[in-house]
Amino acid sequence: MQKYSVLSLIKNAFSSHKDWEVAWKDQDPKKEYDVVIIGGGGHGLATAYYLAKEHKITNIAVIEKGWIGGGNIGRNTTIIRSNYMHDENGLFYEKGMELWRSMSQDLNYNVMFSPRGIINLAHSDAQMNAYARRGNSMRLNGIDAVLLNRQEVKNKVPILDFSDNVRFPIFGGLMQPSAGTARHDAVAWGYARQADSMGVDIVQHCEVTGFDISNGKIKGIKTSRGDIKAKKVGLCVAGSTSILAEMLNMTLPIETHLLQACVSEPIKPLLDHVVTFGAGHFYCSQSDKGEMVMGGDLDGYNSYAQRGNLPTLQHVLTEGIAMFPFLSKLKMLRTWGGIMDMSMDGSPIIDKTHIQGLYLNCGWCYGGFKATPASGFTFAHTIAQDKVHELNAGYRLDRFSTGYLIDEKGLGTKTWIS
Amino acid sequence: MLYIKCPYCGYRSQNEFAYGGDATIKRPELNKEVTDKEWDNFVYLRKSPRGKHLELWHHVSGCRQWIKVLRDTNTHEIFNTYKSEDKVET
Repeated sequence: MQKYSVLSLIKNAFSSHKDWEVAWKDQDPKKEYDVVIIGGGGHGLATAYYLAKEHKITNIAVIEKGWIGGGNIGRNTTIIRSNYMHDENGLFYEKGMELWRSMSQDLNYNVMFSPRGIINLAHSDAQMNAYARRGNSMRLNGIDAVLLNRQEVKNKVPILDFSDNVRFPIFGGLMQPSAGTARHDAVAWGYARQADSMGVDIVQHCEVTGFDISNGKIKGIKTSRGDIKAKKVGLCVAGSTSILAEMLNMTLPIETHLLQACVSEPIKPLLDHVVTFGAGHFYCSQSDKGEMVMGGDLDGYNSYAQRGNLPTLQHVLTEGIAMFPFLSKLKMLRTWGGIMDMSMDGSPIIDKTHIQGLYLNCGWCYGGFKATPASGFTFAHTIAQDKVHELNAGYRLDRFSTGYLIDEKGLGTKTWIS
Repeated sequence: MLYIKCPYCGYRSQNEFAYGGDATIKRPELNKEVTDKEWDNFVYLRKSPRGKHLELWHHVSGCRQWIKVLRDTNTHEIFNTYKSEDKVET
């Protein structure tokens, strides 16, 4: 593999940049693999990368129905954080933060990780108390958290509405200074390039149509490009999980829902942090190109359509304008949608299944992007060792029937209830 | 925007409705011993199909009746709507 560096950039400038190697190869599927990962999104590619790097398994195929970077890895709002209260989440996502910090070096690919800090706004005394509690829990798990008062928030984000006549006045906020953003497609491309260089086959435009299972053991998969034998199969398909589950006669504690995001026209640097509304569901950051990147609520009904409806967008942006009145003057550049695997407690599932050799990674709800490295790291361990890693031990599939839910915010599929 | 035909009020915009989820889920019978498995099926497990989906909607800003809607989760096309007590073959 060609190493990316300033020297290689200068060298290739002499040949007008015509001699760069392809970053990864578009492979045809072979007949047999040790491990097949279904889903070539961030999580699937990261899983393949860590299987090859940490567990020395390289006879792997990553099977993708569309193209690399076309799913949720290219549709999210690029926020990275680990500001969770429960141990299962806090420790898992903090492992992710550790991997994010070194990702550009590890992958030799600039993922533009920008630890600009996230601020969750509080709009009442009770919310300040709740944030103090969450911040303390985070600090006990070694995660940085700072409780900001109104003046401190004002110093950091002066463009917020601090006037007297607002419905939800800002009392303060909880900040995780080490949180931030990264360039999402670079994450997919970086993992794909490294996985490819270690021998992983990346197969695009290949849809899974069925599974070959005998005596409770996985033997392989059926695809639109022929049957593929596999000793182990990992599912990393986010919003499409229920479609594959139906082929496996499994019913899962998840529903597929639609989530929209949007960006405004680019403007000069204005917002230094990621800021979230505390009296609703809205978050905003400014991209390096200057666009305001915004998102919020689900559309609210089961959907596999990767496009949204206007009432939800209007609702979300109303919250945005309540926070940042200047947003009303901006033109919208783009809106888009992606489909989310909403779990019933709002926390993910990374586990073995009742079928030997079949592993499940789903339930990422709103927050799959930040989990990409930690999800790949622990899912690779779960597949390679046939047992869960201590970091994903809480993300069990059977936690709903056994009562070990991880109800971080009491958010499940019916988010509008809470 | 979805345009939903309430069986009581006629066509109304999506803004007047709240979503209630899968309408084929059956609550375990009252006054009967319910196993953990049955509770699990009722409370947490969902088929979440791609395609035809029979679902509950609440006409919350209208007649406040719960209705059933047969809708395609892939195209958002609404095939038919029913009163909540109607038996619907899916």
